[in-house]
This record gives sequence, C-alpha cells and structure tokens, in this order.
Amino acid sequence: MDDLLSDFIAETRETLDAIASEIVAWEAAPDDRERLDSIFRFVHTVKGSCGFLDLPRLQRLSHAAEDVLADVRSGKRHPDSRLVSAVLAVIDRIGELTDAMASGEPLPDGEDNVLIAGLAATAVPAAAAPAPVATQPSRVLARSIRLPTELLDRMMAGVSDMVLARNELARRLRESATDTASEVAFERLSQCIAEMREAITRSRMARIDALFSTLPRMVRDLAGELGKQVVLEVDGGDVELDREMIEMIRDPLTHIVRNAIDHGIEDPEARRAAGKPTVGRLRVSARQSGNQILIEAVDDGRGIDDEKLVAKAVGAGIISFEQGERMPRARRLALIFAPGLSTASAVTGISGRGVGMDVVRANIERIGGTVDLESRLGYGLKLTMCVPLTLTIIPALTVSSGGHRFAIPRSAIDELVRLGGDGVRIETIAGSAVARIRDSRLPLIDLAGFLGLETAVGGGLLVALRAGGGERFVLAVDAVHDHEELVVKPAAPELMATGIYAGTTLPDNSRPMLLLDVAGIAAQAGIVASGRSEEPETEAEVVTTAPMLLFRDLDGVVRAVRLALTDRIEDVAREDIFTSGGALRLAHDDRVTLLIAAGALPDSDKVRLLQLNDGAARLAYAIGEVLDIVALPEILPAADVAAGVTLVDGRPVELLDVHSLFAIAAAGAADRKPPLCLIADGGDVWARQVLAPLLGAAGYRVSFAGEDAGAADVVVAAADACLPDHQPAPVVRLRSEVHARDAGDDSIYRYDRHALLGALSRQLGARA
Amino acid sequence: MNNLYLIVRIGDRAAALPAAEVGSVVEVDEIAPVPRAPAHVAGLFALRSRVLTVIDTRISLGVAPADPGKVLNAVIVGNEGHSYALLVDHVDDVIEAGSPEASPAVLDPIWEDASLGVIQHGDAVVLVLDPGFLIAGRLSRAA
Repeated sequence: MDDLLSDFIAETRETLDAIASEIVAWEAAPDDRERLDSIFRFVHTVKGSCGFLDLPRLQRLSHAAEDVLADVRSGKRHPDSRLVSAVLAVIDRIGELTDAMASGEPLPDGEDNVLIAGLAATAVPAAAAPAPVATQPSRVLARSIRLPTELLDRMMAGVSDMVLARNELARRLRESATDTASEVAFERLSQCIAEMREAITRSRMARIDALFSTLPRMVRDLAGELGKQVVLEVDGGDVELDREMIEMIRDPLTHIVRNAIDHGIEDPEARRAAGKPTVGRLRVSARQSGNQILIEAVDDGRGIDDEKLVAKAVGAGIISFEQGERMPRARRLALIFAPGLSTASAVTGISGRGVGMDVVRANIERIGGTVDLESRLGYGLKLTMCVPLTLTIIPALTVSSGGHRFAIPRSAIDELVRLGGDGVRIETIAGSAVARIRDSRLPLIDLAGFLGLETAVGGGLLVALRAGGGERFVLAVDAVHDHEELVVKPAAPELMATGIYAGTTLPDNSRPMLLLDVAGIAAQAGIVASGRSEEPETEAEVVTTAPMLLFRDLDGVVRAVRLALTDRIEDVAREDIFTSGGALRLAHDDRVTLLIAAGALPDSDKVRLLQLNDGAARLAYAIGEVLDIVALPEILPAADVAAGVTLVDGRPVELLDVHSLFAIAAAGAADRKPPLCLIADGGDVWARQVLAPLLGAAGYRVSFAGEDAGAADVVVAAADACLPDHQPAPVVRLRSEVHARDAGDDSIYRYDRHALLGALSRQLGARA
Repeated sequence: MNNLYLIVRIGDRAAALPAAEVGSVVEVDEIAPVPRAPAHVAGLFALRSRVLTVIDTRISLGVAPADPGKVLNAVIVGNEGHSYALLVDHVDDVIEAGSPEASPAVLDPIWEDASLGVIQHGDAVVLVLDPGFLIAGRLSRAA
C-alpha cells in the first residue's frame, strides 16, 4: 500500500504542477473547453485513486469538484468567476493535503466543508471563504521518483557490460600470478558489481498492483454500461514482477476481464433464471510459483459452450465438420484461441471486435508464457495466464550442431537420450527419419541438416521436444553442453522472419548465441500435433543422461545433484541461518526451510546453498562452491550417504542422495518442530486472522498469550503493549502507523511483511 | 540547414549515411553466423553486452561480397528498437552538407531504391543511402 500511496503522491504532484498553468488560463477564460477538460480529468483521476486508496477527505473534495465541473461541461452551470475560484480553492486544498501526506505531518485541519459549500450553486459569498494559508507548508523531498524505462535499460546494459569486463579481468588475473592484495580488491569489486546488478534488477520490479488497481474502475464502468452486476475480488497484488512484463500483460488481462464481463457473466435476469445470485463474481488473482507468475481470472458466468464454438469454427472455415466431431473437449475449448473466432453472437462495442483471444494468446506466448482455460458450462470460466518472472531470463540447454551453438528453452525439453542406447534407434518410413524411443516413434529432425549446416560426425544425441501446441518431435544434435539461465533479448525482425529463432543471448564467453523457437521449427518441418493419446512410456534400460550440478561440499568432497531438483543456487546472509529444535534452519524469501550441511558452515557473511525441491517439499543444502554442470550418463549404485557414484573426467563423484535428504526433512517436520512464535496480544481480530496465518505460511508455529504451547522462540507484540519483565525470548514490536513516531522507534509497520519476517528471522538468528 | 554525413566505401563506391542515425563506428572481427538467415544478414556480433545484427551492405546493394578474412568496419545504427552493424569496406570522413537532392544520374535499380538522394562532397556528388533499406535488404522489395 505504501508504494501505491507514494506513487499516487508523486503522480498528483506532477499533474498539479502540469495543470497549474491550465488553471490560471482557465481562470482568465472560463469558457475554454479544452482547459476545462484537462482540469476535469485531473479531478476525476484523483477521485478514482482516492476511492481505491481509501483517502476519504481527498475523495470528498475531488468528488464535489468533479460534480461541479461535470455540470459546467454539460452546460447546466456557467463558469462564473465565483465558481472558478471555488474550484481552484478545492484544487489548492488537494495539493496541500497531498503535501501533508508526503511529509507525514497530520493533515491540516481545513474547513473542507466550507470549500465544498463554496462550490454549490447558491453559495455563501466569497467573504466566507477561508483566509489564504499564511505560510507555505514546507515541501519534503519526495522519496520516490519516476524514471523512464529507457534509463533503467541503460543502467542494466551498463551493469551487464561491467560483468563482462569483470569476467575478462578475472581471466587475466588467473593467467598472471597476482598478489593477495589485488585478489582481495578484485573480490570486493566483484561483490559490489553483484550487489549493484541485483539492485538494478530489483528496480525493474514492480507490484502487480500497478496493473490490478485499474480493474475496479474498469469493471464498475463496464458492468454499468452493460446493465450487469459484478463484484470484483482482487488478490495477490503484492506479487512482484518485471515492470516491462506488467506492461506486456496489461492488454491481455484487460481483454480477459472485458470478455468475462461482456460474454461470461449474464445479465441479472438470465442469472436469476439460471438459479444463480443476480450479482456475478469475478476474481482476479496473482501468485508466484517457482520462477513463474500465475494470473487467474475466474468468473461465475455461463462458461464456454464448446458445441457452439465448434459450430462457429466450422462455419468460419477454421476446421472441417469431421475434425470438429473428432475433437476432444479440451481441444474444442482451445478453438477460442483460433484467429478470427469470436464467441459473442452479437458483436458489442466492449469486446469482440475481431481482435480476440488469439491476440491474447499470441501476446502471452511472445513473452514466453502460456494461457489455459477451464470451462464449466453454465457455471463459469477460469483463465490462467502463466508468465515468466522476468522478460528476459530463460532456463535453457545449450547444444551444438554443425559447429554452431544454440540454446533450447528447457520448458520445451521432454528428455535427452543417446542414440545406440537400448530402445533408442532411428528408423525410416518412406524415406523420412523417425526416432524410436522405447515404444514411441517421433519425427526426427537433424538440426544441422535442417539449418543447412555441414553435418559433422554426430555425437548421436537426441533431444525429445514438446512444442507449445503439443507437437512432439526429436532433434538430433552433435553435443549437449550446459544448462544455463540465459538473458534472452528479442532478435532483429530479419532474423525472427526465419521463424526458427526466438531470440539472441550472450553467454559469458561473449559469443552471441541464438535461442531456437521449438514451435517454429516444428511448423517449418511440417510437424503437427498428433491427436493420439500419450504413447505408453515404460522406463526401459535406456541410457538417459541427466544434467547434474557438480559442487564441492562443505566436507571437501565433490558431489553431484540432479539439476532438475535444484530450484536455484543462492548466496544467503549468515544471519538468516539459525538453529531451532536441534536443526539448522534458513529464513529466506519470507519462509523458513530446513537447512542441511555436510560440514561446518563457512565463517563468512554469506553462505552459498542449493535450494532443492522435490515438487512437494523444499530444503536448503549448504555447499562450498559450484564446480560445473555436466550431463552424467550412468550411475553406479553405491551404499550409504550417496545415492551412487559416477565418473567425471575419470574421477569418482558421489551423487547426493536427495531421497534420503527429503526423508530427513519429512521426519524432521514430524519431531523437530518449527520455531514457535508467541503473539503477545492475541485478543484482536487482526492478530488472529491476519498475523497468525501470515506467520503460519512463513513456517512458524503460532501461539497466543495465555495459551500454553511451550517456550516461545520469539515474541511479536504491539508497539504499545506491556510485556512481563521476564521475557526470555526476543521481541519484535509492530505498530499500526506507516511511519515511525521517532527515530528511536524500532518497531515495524504491521503491513510491512518483508520487514516483519526479516526481523523475526534476525532475532532467531541472533539467538542461535 | 546543414546536416552531417558519414562518407563510407562499399565495394569500390563511395556513399553517405546520415550521421544522425549513426551511433558509432567499430571494427568487426568475430561474427557468429546465423543459419537460414537472409543472405544480407552476415550474423551476430557482440559489442560489449549488446548483441548486434550484422548486415553485409554489399549484399544488400547487390555488390560482390568482400574477401573473407578481411577486417571490416561497421557502422552501428539503430532501427525500430534493434541495433545493427552495417559492414562497410572503409569509413572515410564526416562531412557537412545540405539536404539530399534528387540524383542527376540514372542509377542501378537497387541503388536507386536504397538512395535518399545525393549530396555535394568536395567536387563530387555522393549518394546518400537509407540505413533502413540496407537493413531490410531484399525483403522490403519483395513486399
């Protein structure tokens, strides 16, 4: 909310500055329609934002001014000088209130009522107007500024350049024998660059609220226009994602919401007839899942009638009648994304103007996302947009073929197999190559041949791929190199026109590389999604290589872990790690997880660790350093700690037994309890309904004062609460005001989730 | 009303590029080729952390390609949000001249399409090329 408020203040100030001259000009020529319109727009915007931000005083003022200006616009009133002055007085007051909000001072006690009364048609004469403010309230420096995205991009590019320069320097330093002092200095430089990179990346992040905040107004206006009643619920506004990404999903989301109200939710009579409440519901929510953001729009309208949809698609010549007959339901629903198909039988001004769901899907797919829908006819529709966290970073596999390196998005890869392994061979059907992997046969494309490159003696590696539309095929490549997170930028239109590249990237070796467009390659090779159900897949004795992360463990042993189980590699602050219930725990990213370490934690500020995820549970594993990522073909079974031993460059490497680690984590969850957080004043609704669930979700056990749940590890209390003198556990204090009263006040604003959870983990860390 | 122009050599012909559209001039050594790209796209080139699309202007203009292995100069230009490196044989000079005027000569059709007109350079006149045409290559003429 804080962010929104400061955005609002910055925006209002900016507009006030901009319209100051308009106001003066309007005063001189009250009949000037254009000036009137721009002042009206300003007042209108302020009113809209105030309603959303719950600023009743500002809202009342702007609302009153808007009414009067609307009357003037419609010609009901004439803008005489008295009216102009009254409006100007209101706008001045809006400015004063905004300044007061920014400085955190109490809002000046103004006679708002007098100002509002001054707007009335039969107002008291100007004599009753308030005396002008004697002293200009001092403006405090704004804590937020607006920046053009271009500047952020330049900063980002600058940091990327710095990283490359740093890498170059690191290479030179390695080659020449250097003294420790320069190494230390270089380390410091590296750290500064890493921190700066992170800060700049963060500066590009914004809350999705920026997008959601426009929805209430839009839903209200649309529903009014269409004579429908709709309640909007918005959830997850605090999810953060790349600012540019927010802009990219703005139009698709707007379109989806418009569709839901226009086509989904029925008018009140129809709803009553269908036995539903007359008021329709639309729920828009966002949440983060791994490195993706899920945005859902769920309505309780009529859903999509797939029979009608098929009939329309047949009518529009998109599919044949027979095709329609044979289609499974999911694919019938997917027809809504076909170009040129709009489901509304009557095209309205709101949606259904030819640009439809096909554009929505195209836009989302262009940024590497997906759109899914679930429809229950008569009961509603759920649309899920799944978009990557940032526009640019894509996990990818690098392969080489014909002497060139390419990247393939990991999301499109089913598996990697080696030709010659059992159950893997190449067959030909009427001259066309087919890869046979176990019991399934898939079309085979030789990447080098497809790209017109000289075919070297291939390494015989096959990459089984699944494109967005369900097309499956196998790509033969010469070698597989690495799993990497790549910063991908759109390629120039001349390259995109080939239809086989999705973007360009610059790996650390400074040689540009192209990201392959899997769906594009499938389309160019003439591969279509097969309508057949999944082929049976049996785990035969195929030599399947799995990408492994090679690292030096804290006990000095080199171990490997399957990359697929590794969510990410992270450096966390030493103070975020604490001991509780006899086990190491990590408080990071607003959540507490079990931390496993094979040796003593290093004596530094930062601890490098792997975030492991088995799909259901997570745990952190502290490591020394990451060595490499390798594709390991065979695993020799071994005893005890490690799940197996394999050879890398002729040296044995233990495979980390993730199975038993998660077993420990699961057992730990049962007998080692997570830290107990005592809420000292648990009487009120806020503590029980807001705070307790938040703490629970963050991995704490929660107890309330007066309940005996054992010794608390940490205590949360209101800023002004009285606590017993003998409080053995550390205390985190919360206040309900946004700003601290004085500098000595170390309490935390109770809606500042990040600060709150951070303080809790710090306190626990300090105890450990 | 004078503008700045960059005088370059493409093959054995002199040409001018509007300097306002030129970001910088660099030497291009290592170009990563792009399979199946249009012929006039020579590949990709990394300029610090930026990836530029390299355009072989000789091919855009239908001139015989340069000897392989020759170190070429590239003129960096931006076009519709993307950065390009236009390969040229040589960069001569930056001159000041008026707005381009219609060419007095009957030109080769490709050069005709690519030209924005001619400017006075010393005693001679030089053809001003449209970077957008060089980038689009034959694509634009097919459309």
